[in-house]
Amino acid sequence: MITVEQLSLRQGAFRLDDVSFTVPAGRYAVLMGRTGTGKTTVLEAIAGLRRIRSGRVLLADRDVTREKPGARNIGYVPQDGALFTSMTVRDNLGFALAIRRWPREKIDARVRELADLLGIPHLLDRHTAGLSGGEAQRVALGRALAAHPPVLLLDEPLSALDEDTRNEMYALLQSVRARTGVTALHVTHSATDADRLADVVFRLRDGRISA
Amino acid sequence: MPPPVSSGTPNLAVTEPAHRPRSDVPFYAGLLALGAVYVVLLAGLLIADAAYTTPAQLWTALQSPEIRYAVWLSLWSCTLSALLSLLVAVPIGYLMSRHRFRGQALVDGLLDIPIVLPPLVVGLSLLILFHSVWGRWLEDAFKVMLAWFGVRRIRGITYDIPAVILAQFAVAAAFAVRTMRVTFDQISPRREQVAMTLGCNRSQAFWRVVLPEARRGLLTAFTLAWARSLGEFGPILIFAGATRLRTEVLSTTVFLELSVGNLEAAVAVSLLMIVAALAVLLLVRQLGSERNFTRAIEP
Repeated sequence: MITVEQLSLRQGAFRLDDVSFTVPAGRYAVLMGRTGTGKTTVLEAIAGLRRIRSGRVLLADRDVTREKPGARNIGYVPQDGALFTSMTVRDNLGFALAIRRWPREKIDARVRELADLLGIPHLLDRHTAGLSGGEAQRVALGRALAAHPPVLLLDEPLSALDEDTRNEMYALLQSVRARTGVTALHVTHSATDADRLADVVFRLRDGRISA
Repeated sequence: MPPPVSSGTPNLAVTEPAHRPRSDVPFYAGLLALGAVYVVLLAGLLIADAAYTTPAQLWTALQSPEIRYAVWLSLWSCTLSALLSLLVAVPIGYLMSRHRFRGQALVDGLLDIPIVLPPLVVGLSLLILFHSVWGRWLEDAFKVMLAWFGVRRIRGITYDIPAVILAQFAVAAAFAVRTMRVTFDQISPRREQVAMTLGCNRSQAFWRVVLPEARRGLLTAFTLAWARSLGEFGPILIFAGATRLRTEVLSTTVFLELSVGNLEAAVAVSLLMIVAALAVLLLVRQLGSERNFTRAIEP
Protein backbone atom coordinates (compact mmCIF):
# COMPACT_ATOMS: atom_id res chain seq x y z
CA MET A 1 0.00 0.00 0.00
CA ILE A 2 1.12 3.53 -0.74
CA THR A 3 -0.47 6.26 1.35
CA VAL A 4 0.28 9.95 1.09
CA GLU A 5 -1.35 12.10 3.76
CA GLN A 6 -1.60 15.89 3.52
CA LEU A 7 1.71 16.24 1.79
CA SER A 8 3.04 19.78 1.43
CA LEU A 9 6.28 20.84 -0.13
CA ARG A 10 8.01 23.85 -1.67
CA GLN A 11 10.54 23.94 -4.42
CA GLY A 12 11.48 27.46 -5.43
CA ALA A 13 8.29 29.13 -6.62
CA PHE A 14 6.60 25.75 -6.99
CA ARG A 15 4.37 24.52 -4.18
CA LEU A 16 2.12 21.61 -3.42
CA ASP A 17 -0.26 21.67 -0.48
CA ASP A 18 -2.34 19.07 1.23
CA VAL A 19 -1.95 16.27 -1.31
CA SER A 20 -3.50 12.98 -0.14
CA PHE A 21 -4.15 9.68 -1.89
CA THR A 22 -3.93 5.94 -1.31
CA VAL A 23 -2.94 3.11 -3.62
CA PRO A 24 -4.29 -0.17 -2.21
CA ALA A 25 -1.87 -3.07 -1.89
CA GLY A 26 -1.17 -4.91 -5.12
CA ARG A 27 -2.77 -2.24 -7.29
CA TYR A 28 -1.20 -0.39 -10.20
CA ALA A 29 -1.87 3.35 -9.93
CA VAL A 30 -1.13 5.90 -12.61
CA LEU A 31 -0.62 9.51 -11.57
CA MET A 32 -1.31 11.81 -14.49
CA GLY A 33 -0.64 15.46 -14.99
CA ARG A 34 0.80 17.88 -17.48
CA THR A 35 4.45 18.82 -17.55
CA GLY A 36 5.25 21.08 -14.60
CA THR A 37 2.35 20.01 -12.38
CA GLY A 38 4.71 18.42 -9.88
CA LYS A 39 3.95 14.74 -10.40
CA THR A 40 7.63 13.83 -10.44
CA THR A 41 8.08 15.88 -7.27
CA VAL A 42 5.36 13.85 -5.54
CA LEU A 43 7.08 10.63 -6.60
CA GLU A 44 10.45 11.89 -5.35
CA ALA A 45 8.87 12.85 -2.04
CA ILE A 46 7.51 9.31 -1.66
CA ALA A 47 10.98 7.94 -2.49
CA GLY A 48 12.52 10.22 0.14
CA LEU A 49 14.58 12.11 -2.41
CA ARG A 50 12.85 15.40 -1.72
CA ARG A 51 12.33 17.10 1.58
CA ILE A 52 8.71 17.71 2.51
CA ARG A 53 7.34 20.49 4.71
CA SER A 54 4.56 18.51 6.28
CA GLY A 55 2.44 15.43 5.85
CA ARG A 56 3.14 11.70 6.04
CA VAL A 57 4.17 8.95 3.68
CA LEU A 58 3.21 5.35 4.51
CA LEU A 59 4.56 2.45 2.50
CA ALA A 60 3.35 -1.11 3.15
CA ASP A 61 1.72 0.05 6.43
CA ARG A 62 4.92 1.61 7.72
CA ASP A 63 5.37 5.34 8.32
CA VAL A 64 8.55 6.17 6.36
CA THR A 65 8.22 9.96 6.46
CA ARG A 66 11.46 10.32 8.41
CA GLU A 67 13.30 7.44 6.77
CA LYS A 68 16.15 7.79 4.29
CA PRO A 69 15.46 6.65 0.72
CA GLY A 70 17.51 3.50 1.29
CA ALA A 71 15.42 2.47 4.32
CA ARG A 72 12.06 2.79 2.55
CA ASN A 73 12.31 -0.52 0.72
CA ILE A 74 11.17 0.77 -2.66
CA GLY A 75 12.03 0.18 -6.28
CA TYR A 76 12.51 3.38 -8.24
CA VAL A 77 12.68 3.60 -12.03
CA PRO A 78 13.51 7.09 -13.31
CA GLN A 79 12.67 8.38 -16.75
CA ASP A 80 16.01 7.85 -18.46
CA GLY A 81 16.76 4.61 -16.60
CA ALA A 82 19.84 6.18 -15.02
CA LEU A 83 21.75 2.91 -15.27
CA PHE A 84 25.16 2.77 -13.59
CA THR A 85 27.41 3.15 -16.60
CA SER A 86 30.55 1.88 -14.91
CA MET A 87 28.96 -1.56 -14.39
CA THR A 88 27.69 -4.43 -16.49
CA VAL A 89 24.00 -5.26 -16.73
CA ARG A 90 24.61 -8.10 -14.23
CA ASP A 91 26.09 -5.72 -11.65
CA ASN A 92 23.30 -3.22 -12.21
CA LEU A 93 20.71 -5.92 -11.50
CA GLY A 94 22.56 -7.17 -8.43
CA PHE A 95 23.39 -3.75 -7.02
CA ALA A 96 20.72 -3.57 -4.29
CA LEU A 97 21.63 -7.12 -3.22
CA ALA A 98 25.35 -6.39 -3.04
CA ILE A 99 24.52 -3.40 -0.83
CA ARG A 100 22.48 -5.73 1.38
CA ARG A 101 25.50 -8.06 1.55
CA TRP A 102 23.74 -11.05 0.04
CA PRO A 103 26.10 -13.98 -0.56
CA ARG A 104 27.44 -14.24 -4.11
CA GLU A 105 25.44 -17.37 -5.06
CA LYS A 106 22.16 -15.88 -3.89
CA ILE A 107 22.83 -12.72 -5.89
CA ASP A 108 23.65 -14.78 -8.99
CA ALA A 109 20.44 -16.76 -8.63
CA ARG A 110 18.31 -13.67 -8.15
CA VAL A 111 19.95 -11.88 -11.09
CA ARG A 112 19.26 -14.93 -13.27
CA GLU A 113 15.63 -14.94 -12.12
CA LEU A 114 15.23 -11.23 -12.90
CA ALA A 115 16.88 -11.61 -16.30
CA ASP A 116 14.41 -14.38 -17.15
CA LEU A 117 11.45 -12.36 -15.92
CA LEU A 118 12.50 -9.40 -18.08
CA GLY A 119 13.72 -11.36 -21.07
CA ILE A 120 17.31 -10.10 -20.91
CA PRO A 121 19.50 -13.14 -20.07
CA HIS A 122 21.57 -12.47 -23.23
CA LEU A 123 22.46 -8.97 -22.00
CA LEU A 124 23.88 -9.89 -18.58
CA ASP A 125 27.54 -9.47 -19.46
CA ARG A 126 27.01 -6.45 -21.66
CA HIS A 127 28.12 -3.01 -20.77
CA THR A 128 25.25 -0.52 -20.31
CA ALA A 129 26.57 1.85 -22.98
CA GLY A 130 25.31 -0.08 -26.04
CA LEU A 131 21.80 -0.88 -24.79
CA SER A 132 18.70 0.29 -26.67
CA GLY A 133 16.08 2.38 -24.90
CA GLY A 134 13.83 -0.61 -24.27
CA GLU A 135 16.70 -2.78 -23.02
CA ALA A 136 17.89 -0.04 -20.69
CA GLN A 137 14.40 0.33 -19.19
CA ARG A 138 14.18 -3.43 -18.65
CA VAL A 139 17.48 -3.34 -16.78
CA ALA A 140 16.32 -0.33 -14.75
CA LEU A 141 13.13 -2.18 -13.87
CA GLY A 142 15.04 -5.32 -12.89
CA ARG A 143 17.47 -3.32 -10.78
CA ALA A 144 14.53 -1.74 -8.95
CA LEU A 145 12.80 -5.11 -8.32
CA ALA A 146 15.90 -7.01 -7.21
CA ALA A 147 15.46 -6.74 -3.44
CA HIS A 148 11.73 -7.67 -3.58
CA PRO A 149 10.42 -4.20 -2.69
CA PRO A 150 6.68 -4.15 -1.92
CA VAL A 151 6.45 -0.75 -3.66
CA LEU A 152 7.50 0.23 -7.17
CA LEU A 153 7.76 3.90 -8.20
CA LEU A 154 8.04 4.63 -11.91
CA ASP A 155 8.71 8.09 -13.32
CA GLU A 156 7.68 8.34 -16.99
CA PRO A 157 9.41 5.02 -17.66
CA LEU A 158 8.09 4.69 -21.20
CA SER A 159 8.17 8.24 -22.51
CA ALA A 160 11.42 7.88 -24.44
CA LEU A 161 10.46 4.62 -26.17
CA ASP A 162 9.12 4.02 -29.67
CA GLU A 163 5.63 2.65 -30.27
CA ASP A 164 6.57 -1.05 -30.62
CA THR A 165 8.92 -1.09 -27.64
CA ARG A 166 6.31 0.68 -25.60
CA ASN A 167 3.75 -2.02 -26.38
CA GLU A 168 6.24 -4.69 -25.32
CA MET A 169 6.83 -2.82 -22.08
CA TYR A 170 3.09 -2.65 -21.35
CA ALA A 171 2.93 -6.42 -21.60
CA LEU A 172 6.07 -6.75 -19.50
CA LEU A 173 4.83 -4.42 -16.76
CA GLN A 174 1.53 -6.33 -16.63
CA SER A 175 3.32 -9.64 -16.22
CA VAL A 176 5.73 -8.22 -13.62
CA ARG A 177 2.77 -6.99 -11.68
CA ALA A 178 0.96 -10.29 -11.89
CA ARG A 179 4.03 -12.27 -10.85
CA THR A 180 5.33 -10.03 -8.06
CA GLY A 181 2.15 -8.55 -6.61
CA VAL A 182 3.98 -5.25 -6.19
CA THR A 183 2.08 -2.04 -5.46
CA ALA A 184 2.98 0.43 -8.21
CA LEU A 185 2.76 4.16 -8.69
CA HIS A 186 3.48 5.20 -12.27
CA VAL A 187 3.80 8.87 -13.13
CA THR A 188 3.08 9.90 -16.71
CA HIS A 189 1.44 12.42 -19.00
CA SER A 190 0.39 9.67 -21.42
CA ALA A 191 -3.30 8.67 -21.40
CA THR A 192 -2.35 5.43 -23.18
CA ASP A 193 -0.13 4.41 -20.25
CA ALA A 194 -3.14 4.88 -17.98
CA ASP A 195 -5.49 2.97 -20.30
CA ARG A 196 -3.12 0.04 -20.67
CA LEU A 197 -1.85 -0.30 -17.11
CA ALA A 198 -3.92 1.44 -14.47
CA ASP A 199 -6.27 -0.01 -11.87
CA VAL A 200 -6.47 3.42 -10.33
CA VAL A 201 -5.91 6.78 -12.01
CA PHE A 202 -5.10 9.99 -10.15
CA ARG A 203 -4.89 13.36 -11.78
CA LEU A 204 -2.68 16.12 -10.43
CA ARG A 205 -3.85 19.59 -11.37
CA ASP A 206 -3.17 22.98 -9.76
CA GLY A 207 -1.60 21.25 -6.81
CA ARG A 208 -4.64 19.06 -6.16
CA ILE A 209 -5.25 15.37 -6.66
CA SER A 210 -8.47 14.05 -8.10
CA ALA A 211 -9.28 10.39 -8.64
CA MET B 1 -11.85 31.99 -30.92
CA PRO B 2 -11.71 31.15 -34.65
CA PRO B 3 -8.59 32.27 -36.53
CA PRO B 4 -8.99 35.49 -38.56
CA VAL B 5 -10.02 34.80 -42.13
CA SER B 6 -7.86 36.59 -44.66
CA SER B 7 -9.44 38.06 -47.73
CA GLY B 8 -8.38 36.43 -50.99
CA THR B 9 -7.07 32.90 -51.36
CA PRO B 10 -3.34 32.52 -50.63
CA ASN B 11 -1.56 31.17 -53.67
CA LEU B 12 0.22 28.03 -52.51
CA ALA B 13 1.24 26.96 -55.98
CA VAL B 14 4.06 29.53 -56.41
CA THR B 15 7.36 27.75 -57.04
CA GLU B 16 10.54 29.43 -55.79
CA PRO B 17 13.77 28.70 -57.68
CA ALA B 18 15.58 25.79 -55.97
CA HIS B 19 17.94 26.93 -53.20
CA ARG B 20 21.48 25.58 -53.08
CA PRO B 21 23.57 26.35 -49.99
CA ARG B 22 26.99 27.75 -50.76
CA SER B 23 30.16 25.70 -50.52
CA ASP B 24 31.54 24.65 -47.11
CA VAL B 25 35.11 24.99 -48.35
CA PRO B 26 35.72 28.60 -47.23
CA PHE B 27 34.45 27.77 -43.72
CA TYR B 28 36.81 24.83 -43.26
CA ALA B 29 39.67 26.68 -44.97
CA GLY B 30 39.24 29.45 -42.42
CA LEU B 31 39.14 27.05 -39.46
CA LEU B 32 42.21 25.19 -40.69
CA ALA B 33 44.20 28.34 -41.43
CA LEU B 34 43.59 29.84 -37.97
CA GLY B 35 44.09 26.55 -36.17
CA ALA B 36 47.28 25.82 -38.07
CA VAL B 37 48.91 29.02 -36.79
CA TYR B 38 49.02 27.65 -33.26
CA VAL B 39 49.83 24.05 -34.13
CA VAL B 40 52.74 25.19 -36.34
CA LEU B 41 54.01 27.46 -33.57
CA LEU B 42 54.04 24.55 -31.08
CA ALA B 43 55.69 22.17 -33.53
CA GLY B 44 58.22 24.90 -34.33
CA LEU B 45 59.13 25.25 -30.66
CA LEU B 46 59.80 21.53 -30.31
CA ILE B 47 61.76 21.33 -33.55
CA ALA B 48 63.86 24.37 -32.62
CA ASP B 49 64.74 22.81 -29.23
CA ALA B 50 65.55 19.48 -30.80
CA ALA B 51 67.67 21.07 -33.52
CA TYR B 52 69.62 23.13 -30.99
CA THR B 53 70.97 20.20 -29.01
CA THR B 54 72.70 17.01 -30.05
CA PRO B 55 72.21 13.58 -28.47
CA ALA B 56 75.73 13.99 -27.07
CA GLN B 57 74.72 17.16 -25.22
CA LEU B 58 71.62 15.45 -23.88
CA TRP B 59 73.79 12.57 -22.70
CA THR B 60 76.22 14.93 -21.02
CA ALA B 61 73.36 16.69 -19.28
CA LEU B 62 72.01 13.36 -18.05
CA GLN B 63 75.46 12.38 -16.74
CA SER B 64 75.51 15.33 -14.36
CA PRO B 65 74.50 14.17 -10.86
CA GLU B 66 72.78 17.51 -10.19
CA ILE B 67 70.58 17.13 -13.24
CA ARG B 68 69.90 13.47 -12.51
CA TYR B 69 68.81 14.49 -9.02
CA ALA B 70 66.57 17.19 -10.51
CA VAL B 71 64.95 14.68 -12.89
CA TRP B 72 64.30 12.29 -10.03
CA LEU B 73 62.98 14.96 -7.67
CA SER B 74 60.77 16.43 -10.40
CA LEU B 75 59.18 13.10 -11.25
CA TRP B 76 58.26 12.08 -7.76
CA SER B 77 57.44 15.51 -6.34
CA CYS B 78 55.05 16.10 -9.26
CA THR B 79 53.43 12.71 -8.70
CA LEU B 80 53.04 13.35 -5.00
CA SER B 81 51.64 16.84 -5.45
CA ALA B 82 49.24 15.58 -8.13
CA LEU B 83 48.01 12.86 -5.76
CA LEU B 84 47.63 15.39 -2.94
CA SER B 85 45.75 17.64 -5.36
CA LEU B 86 43.26 14.85 -6.10
CA LEU B 87 42.89 14.22 -2.39
CA VAL B 88 41.49 17.72 -1.88
CA ALA B 89 39.97 18.21 -5.33
CA VAL B 90 37.57 15.25 -5.08
CA PRO B 91 35.85 16.33 -1.85
CA ILE B 92 35.80 20.02 -2.77
CA GLY B 93 34.57 19.34 -6.30
CA TYR B 94 31.86 17.00 -5.05
CA LEU B 95 30.62 19.31 -2.29
CA MET B 96 30.60 22.35 -4.58
CA SER B 97 28.81 20.45 -7.32
CA ARG B 98 26.13 18.72 -5.23
CA HIS B 99 25.34 21.21 -2.49
CA ARG B 100 24.33 24.83 -2.21
CA PHE B 101 25.43 26.58 0.94
CA ARG B 102 25.84 30.04 2.39
CA GLY B 103 29.13 31.62 1.35
CA GLN B 104 29.55 29.30 -1.61
CA ALA B 105 30.37 32.15 -3.99
CA LEU B 106 33.11 33.26 -1.62
CA VAL B 107 34.62 29.77 -1.45
CA ASP B 108 34.36 29.51 -5.21
CA GLY B 109 36.28 32.76 -5.62
CA LEU B 110 38.89 31.68 -3.09
CA LEU B 111 39.49 28.46 -5.03
CA ASP B 112 40.30 30.49 -8.13
CA ILE B 113 42.98 32.56 -6.42
CA PRO B 114 45.91 30.25 -7.30
CA ILE B 115 44.79 30.32 -10.93
CA VAL B 116 44.52 34.09 -11.10
CA LEU B 117 47.42 35.06 -8.85
CA PRO B 118 50.94 35.35 -10.31
CA PRO B 119 52.79 32.16 -9.21
CA LEU B 120 55.54 34.30 -7.70
CA VAL B 121 53.01 35.82 -5.30
CA VAL B 122 51.87 32.33 -4.28
CA GLY B 123 55.48 31.49 -3.39
CA LEU B 124 55.96 34.70 -1.46
CA SER B 125 52.71 34.17 0.43
CA LEU B 126 53.76 30.62 1.34
CA LEU B 127 57.07 31.94 2.66
CA ILE B 128 55.32 34.59 4.75
CA LEU B 129 52.78 32.05 6.05
CA PHE B 130 55.56 29.73 7.21
CA HIS B 131 57.35 32.59 8.91
CA SER B 132 54.27 33.45 10.93
CA VAL B 133 53.71 32.05 14.43
CA TRP B 134 51.34 29.37 13.11
CA GLY B 135 53.65 28.48 10.26
CA ARG B 136 56.63 28.08 12.56
CA TRP B 137 54.56 25.98 14.93
CA LEU B 138 53.59 23.75 12.00
CA GLU B 139 57.18 23.49 10.84
CA ASP B 140 58.34 22.56 14.35
CA ALA B 141 55.65 19.92 14.59
CA PHE B 142 56.74 18.59 11.21
CA LYS B 143 60.35 18.41 12.40
CA VAL B 144 59.32 16.47 15.48
CA MET B 145 57.44 14.07 13.22
CA LEU B 146 60.49 13.65 10.98
CA ALA B 147 62.67 12.87 13.99
CA TRP B 148 60.08 10.45 15.28
CA PHE B 149 60.06 8.56 11.97
CA GLY B 150 63.88 8.76 11.83
CA VAL B 151 64.00 10.76 8.58
CA ARG B 152 67.37 12.50 8.23
CA ARG B 153 67.40 13.61 4.59
CA ILE B 154 64.65 16.15 5.11
CA ARG B 155 65.29 18.82 7.73
CA GLY B 156 62.12 20.88 7.63
CA ILE B 157 59.57 22.42 5.31
CA THR B 158 60.88 25.80 4.15
CA TYR B 159 63.87 25.62 1.79
CA ASP B 160 63.58 21.85 1.69
CA ILE B 161 61.78 19.17 -0.35
CA PRO B 162 58.41 19.56 1.43
CA ALA B 163 58.45 23.20 0.30
CA VAL B 164 58.86 22.05 -3.31
CA ILE B 165 55.82 19.80 -3.04
CA LEU B 166 53.79 22.37 -1.13
CA ALA B 167 54.55 25.06 -3.74
CA GLN B 168 53.54 22.72 -6.56
CA PHE B 169 50.46 21.55 -4.69
CA ALA B 170 49.26 25.07 -3.82
CA VAL B 171 48.84 25.93 -7.49
CA ALA B 172 48.18 22.52 -9.05
CA ALA B 173 45.34 21.67 -6.66
CA ALA B 174 43.32 24.65 -7.90
CA PHE B 175 43.36 23.20 -11.40
CA ALA B 176 42.42 19.75 -10.12
CA VAL B 177 39.55 21.26 -8.13
CA ARG B 178 38.18 23.00 -11.24
CA THR B 179 38.39 19.77 -13.22
CA MET B 180 36.67 17.67 -10.56
CA ARG B 181 33.93 20.24 -10.09
CA VAL B 182 33.12 20.13 -13.81
CA THR B 183 33.35 16.33 -13.78
CA PHE B 184 30.83 15.98 -10.95
CA ASP B 185 28.58 18.62 -12.55
CA GLN B 186 28.42 16.44 -15.64
CA ILE B 187 27.43 13.30 -13.72
CA SER B 188 23.67 13.38 -13.24
CA PRO B 189 22.68 13.27 -9.55
CA ARG B 190 19.88 10.96 -10.68
CA ARG B 191 22.18 7.91 -10.53
CA GLU B 192 23.13 8.66 -6.93
CA GLN B 193 19.46 9.04 -6.11
CA VAL B 194 18.70 5.67 -7.64
CA ALA B 195 21.59 4.16 -5.67
CA MET B 196 20.14 5.63 -2.49
CA THR B 197 16.69 4.19 -3.17
CA LEU B 198 18.43 0.82 -3.65
CA GLY B 199 19.76 0.95 -0.09
CA CYS B 200 22.94 3.04 -0.25
CA ASN B 201 23.82 5.79 2.13
CA ARG B 202 25.58 8.85 0.68
CA SER B 203 29.01 7.37 1.14
CA GLN B 204 28.17 4.08 -0.58
CA ALA B 205 26.49 5.91 -3.47
CA PHE B 206 29.62 8.03 -3.84
CA TRP B 207 32.17 5.22 -3.76
CA ARG B 208 30.21 2.68 -5.77
CA VAL B 209 28.44 4.84 -8.34
CA VAL B 210 29.78 8.39 -8.60
CA LEU B 211 33.52 7.89 -8.29
CA PRO B 212 33.75 5.08 -10.87
CA GLU B 213 31.87 7.29 -13.29
CA ALA B 214 34.22 10.18 -12.52
CA ARG B 215 37.19 8.07 -13.58
CA ARG B 216 38.07 10.06 -16.66
CA GLY B 217 37.76 13.31 -14.76
CA LEU B 218 40.10 11.92 -12.09
CA LEU B 219 42.69 11.06 -14.72
CA THR B 220 42.37 14.45 -16.36
CA ALA B 221 42.68 16.21 -13.00
CA PHE B 222 45.73 14.13 -12.12
CA THR B 223 47.43 14.81 -15.45
CA LEU B 224 46.68 18.50 -15.30
CA ALA B 225 48.00 18.77 -11.74
CA TRP B 226 51.08 16.75 -12.63
CA ALA B 227 51.88 18.85 -15.69
CA ARG B 228 51.21 22.05 -13.79
CA SER B 229 53.58 20.89 -11.03
CA LEU B 230 56.30 20.05 -13.53
CA GLY B 231 56.13 23.58 -14.91
CA GLU B 232 56.04 25.25 -11.49
CA PHE B 233 59.00 27.54 -11.01
CA GLY B 234 58.45 30.88 -9.28
CA PRO B 235 56.92 29.61 -6.03
CA ILE B 236 59.55 26.88 -5.75
CA LEU B 237 62.39 29.36 -6.24
CA ILE B 238 61.05 31.62 -3.50
CA PHE B 239 59.70 29.08 -1.02
CA ALA B 240 62.10 26.17 -1.52
CA GLY B 241 65.12 27.91 -2.98
CA ALA B 242 67.32 26.49 -5.74
CA THR B 243 69.83 24.44 -3.82
CA ARG B 244 71.54 21.87 -6.02
CA LEU B 245 71.05 18.27 -4.92
CA ARG B 246 68.37 19.39 -2.49
CA THR B 247 65.50 21.46 -3.86
CA GLU B 248 66.46 21.64 -7.51
CA VAL B 249 63.74 20.48 -9.91
CA LEU B 250 63.96 20.56 -13.71
CA SER B 251 62.43 24.01 -14.11
CA THR B 252 64.97 25.30 -11.60
CA THR B 253 67.74 23.58 -13.54
CA VAL B 254 66.79 25.41 -16.72
CA PHE B 255 66.94 28.69 -14.81
CA LEU B 256 70.24 27.86 -13.07
CA GLU B 257 71.93 26.71 -16.27
CA LEU B 258 70.65 29.76 -18.16
CA SER B 259 71.87 32.12 -15.45
CA VAL B 260 75.42 30.79 -15.76
CA GLY B 261 75.26 31.03 -19.56
CA ASN B 262 75.11 27.29 -20.19
CA LEU B 263 72.47 27.50 -22.92
CA GLU B 264 73.16 23.97 -24.25
CA ALA B 265 72.44 22.34 -20.91
CA ALA B 266 69.36 24.54 -20.41
CA VAL B 267 67.94 23.45 -23.76
CA ALA B 268 68.86 19.81 -23.13
CA VAL B 269 66.96 19.87 -19.82
CA SER B 270 64.04 21.62 -21.50
CA LEU B 271 63.87 18.77 -23.99
CA LEU B 272 63.94 16.28 -21.13
CA MET B 273 60.97 18.05 -19.58
CA ILE B 274 59.07 17.97 -22.84
CA VAL B 275 59.72 14.25 -23.23
CA ALA B 276 58.73 13.55 -19.62
CA ALA B 277 55.53 15.59 -19.96
CA LEU B 278 54.56 13.92 -23.23
CA ALA B 279 55.28 10.48 -21.77
CA VAL B 280 53.05 11.11 -18.77
CA LEU B 281 50.26 12.57 -20.90
CA LEU B 282 50.32 9.61 -23.28
CA LEU B 283 50.56 7.07 -20.48
CA VAL B 284 47.60 8.51 -18.62
CA ARG B 285 45.53 8.81 -21.80
CA GLN B 286 46.32 5.20 -22.61
CA LEU B 287 45.41 4.00 -19.12
CA GLY B 288 42.19 5.96 -19.30
CA SER B 289 41.17 4.85 -22.77
CA GLU B 290 37.70 3.36 -23.15
CA ARG B 291 39.14 0.04 -24.32
CA ASN B 292 41.29 -0.50 -21.25
CA PHE B 293 38.50 0.75 -19.05
CA THR B 294 36.05 -1.80 -20.43
CA ARG B 295 38.64 -4.56 -20.26
CA ALA B 296 39.40 -3.74 -16.65
CA ILE B 297 35.83 -4.07 -15.42
CA GLU B 298 34.42 -6.83 -17.60
CA PRO B 299 34.65 -10.34 -16.12
